[in-house]
Amino acid sequence: MKTIKCDIVVVGAGPGGSMAAKFCAAGGLDTVLLEKKAEIGAPLRCAEGVSKKWLAEVGIEPDPVWIRGDMKGAIIKSPKGTAFQLDESKAGSEVGYVLERHLFDKALAKDAAEAGAKIMMRTSATGVIRGADGKIIGVKAKQMGEEIEILAKAVVAADGYESQVGRWAGIDTTLKLSDIDSCIQYRMCNLDVAPDFCEFVIGSVAPGGYVWIFPKGDGVANVGIGVMGSLCKKGADAKYYLDKFIAEDPRFAKAQCLEIMGGFVSTCPGLDCAVDDNIILVGDAARVIDPITGGGICHACRTGMYAGKVLVECAKKNDFSKEALMPYEKMWRDRMEDKLFRNWMAKERLATLDDDVIDDLIGMISGSDIKEVNVYNILKVVKEKYPQVVEGFEDLI
Amino acid sequence: MKVDENKCLHCGGCVGSCPKNAIFLNDFVLEFNDDCIRCGICARLCPVDALSME
Repeated sequence: MKTIKCDIVVVGAGPGGSMAAKFCAAGGLDTVLLEKKAEIGAPLRCAEGVSKKWLAEVGIEPDPVWIRGDMKGAIIKSPKGTAFQLDESKAGSEVGYVLERHLFDKALAKDAAEAGAKIMMRTSATGVIRGADGKIIGVKAKQMGEEIEILAKAVVAADGYESQVGRWAGIDTTLKLSDIDSCIQYRMCNLDVAPDFCEFVIGSVAPGGYVWIFPKGDGVANVGIGVMGSLCKKGADAKYYLDKFIAEDPRFAKAQCLEIMGGFVSTCPGLDCAVDDNIILVGDAARVIDPITGGGICHACRTGMYAGKVLVECAKKNDFSKEALMPYEKMWRDRMEDKLFRNWMAKERLATLDDDVIDDLIGMISGSDIKEVNVYNILKVVKEKYPQVVEGFEDLI
Repeated sequence: MKVDENKCLHCGGCVGSCPKNAIFLNDFVLEFNDDCIRCGICARLCPVDALSME
């Protein structure tokens, strides 16, 4: 069997994996980045909307190559049609760019490669390898069908929502049904939608989730839906709700579908612990996703960067034990835990509200003086009139 | 579990949602191993209703 030896093996060349690989390689570690698919960044499993602020934080320079659209703001709608539109002056931190993920992901993988990481395409991890003492010493994989072994001092699990590597390593990444959103998205054309506003529709159109319309220019948009797993029913799946929404909205009268894609997101506040001896989980694999927006790209990039930095430090002492990796745990928690927890609580509550209350809430937000659209500012307004919605986590608002 | 290949989008959602880690997405083929306890969670969550109990 072919055996490859390296310092760090990263499973998955999405944003989290590529960032981890980049920082490991830049720190002088012999890094191997595995991607099971034939193309990095495709097929798409994402709505492609991101905010702008975090890019500088993780050292990514905005590049027109992967920016499809620069949004002026956002529209939040209730099923009854009450809308809250944020103009340019109030353009928020939750939405900024609509990306071309297939180009964005390749750009990050290219950065990793330029830093010295070796990318292995069509290579899917099939298990972890343990040494005589039970510690993880690498991963088993299939490269173009051939079984290989990649031996490493530490494994970075960046295998996305599937999060199998962590489970092979003994970390429980299982989710509750209420912490899963089942999603489907159409790339549609012939649409009559605002070209530079991201639209969100909440309420009974998408139980426990929302419908999104993210414009891609020229009457094309990503139109998708997430439905809370505990509210999914046989015969009323995500596709059922999305098709219903599209059929009832006149702006879609002439719309045609160019692409159809599925994809799930976790909506929990992250794993209890995303490290163990010789393994770190990043991004979606660590369940570090905003539970309200389902946004995971910035979280993946941050956790990937933190993982890379910590692994470089660990290498100096040649200690990749759980204890040595704990600074990673502290870094992502310090940066994101409060917000993840707050938005998880908010998600749980919002899922219980009926359309009348949602309609009232959106009307209220519309009439308020929100300077910038983000979950925090919206919850602040909600707290004033519907304190019961934020009961139990009001100290985080 | 039975997969309707005419519907499956190969999104991997069922893989990450399986409480027993019993589902594998190998290229464009979904496979279930013997750990499957037929809980039906994958079928319930599938966005396109591609999974059902045999």
